[in-house]
Amino acid sequence: MMENKMMPLWEVFIRSRNGLAHKHVGSLHATDSKMAVQAARDVYTRRGEGLSIWVVPSAAIVASDPSDKAMMFEPAESKVYRHPTFYEVPDEIGHM
Amino acid sequence: MYTQALNATDSQIQPVEDMSQAAAFQARIDAEERIEANDWMPETYRRTLARQISQHAHSEIVGMLPEGNWITRAPSLRRKAALLAKVQDECGHGLYLYAAAETLGISREQFFGQLLSGNAKYSSIFNYPATTWADIGAIGWLVDGAAIMNQIPLCRCSYGPYARAMIRVCKEESFHQRQGFEIMVTLSRGTGEQKAMAQDALNRWWWPCLMMFGPPDTVSEHSDASMAWKIKRFSNDELRQKFVDATVPQAQHLGLMLPDPDLRFDEASGHWLYGEIDWNEFKQVLAGNGPCNRDRLAARRKAHAEGAWVRDAAAAHALKQMRAAV
Repeated sequence: MMENKMMPLWEVFIRSRNGLAHKHVGSLHATDSKMAVQAARDVYTRRGEGLSIWVVPSAAIVASDPSDKAMMFEPAESKVYRHPTFYEVPDEIGHM
Repeated sequence: MYTQALNATDSQIQPVEDMSQAAAFQARIDAEERIEANDWMPETYRRTLARQISQHAHSEIVGMLPEGNWITRAPSLRRKAALLAKVQDECGHGLYLYAAAETLGISREQFFGQLLSGNAKYSSIFNYPATTWADIGAIGWLVDGAAIMNQIPLCRCSYGPYARAMIRVCKEESFHQRQGFEIMVTLSRGTGEQKAMAQDALNRWWWPCLMMFGPPDTVSEHSDASMAWKIKRFSNDELRQKFVDATVPQAQHLGLMLPDPDLRFDEASGHWLYGEIDWNEFKQVLAGNGPCNRDRLAARRKAHAEGAWVRDAAAAHALKQMRAAV
């Protein structure tokens, strides 16, 4: 059986309560956005997991390449001066 | 809900791969790092997982059949609503698992094809019939109980998408076992006839449930690689023993007898020792000769064929919308 081009994959994001961001919870197949939202409700919110659903065609997501991980993220590792603990504050100043 | 004996490593073909890549991969596993969909992985790891996750998904879908049959026959609205919700959960678990399996590069249609053609296996337990209402209690209590024992360690599986799916499944699963046990409590405190029904269901489901954990460690040749890859965290016999130890006191509470004359508590090890499992029966059921193998596949094929017009209509509607939008 070939993959059904008319039943593409969607990524599902749920906001569990107001004040929190939508979070990726999984994926599903649907023919259109309306069916994707309805299926997301049935598959991912059977126990009050959310107040809001986003669905995004998986094909629309652009991802970084895992093999570029070192090049992409190493600079964030090596710059300790980006963290507050890098700086010394005299003890008598207390919390800053 | 149900993995079993599906955790066999696919070892027929060992493709030649960069040894340094393989060593780096194993080092990540040893460091308890999770592997994600686009990461490099050995072909045997990919194939083993694709088979295990898809067979787990098939088990969820086929697992709806023995219970679905009782939805319209449930003895009260409360029981009916609970059973309906449970069967709906199994369907959802199947979908989470197909989605996890698809991340390995095989489409859901291909997995469906493997199930419908009879090439893919699913848990042997669903090839047994649910003949009375008490079976719904026994399935929830024992089959889901055994499944939970299997699935909790899978929440820490090295493959991220599978582990995440299992966390969702396990969260939802505990209601299943409790609703089954509640049915058993009600029946075993009921009339003599009701208690006999509960005992009869336990007699029929006990041994097949012990088989759900797969062949004994002495003959389970495939688990070493799965253990090294941290797909599997406990051996079949370890999980089976945990299940027996947890279940014996529950059966005692119900006042029911486990159908095993050799069952005894071993003071030295602190475990309940059980009698010989009929592995020939297990082999027969896996080979397609269980009481319901043909019925289950026929039901899935019929449902898939009868749902074709719905899929076609949805696709036609989507196409129409797309054209209208241009």
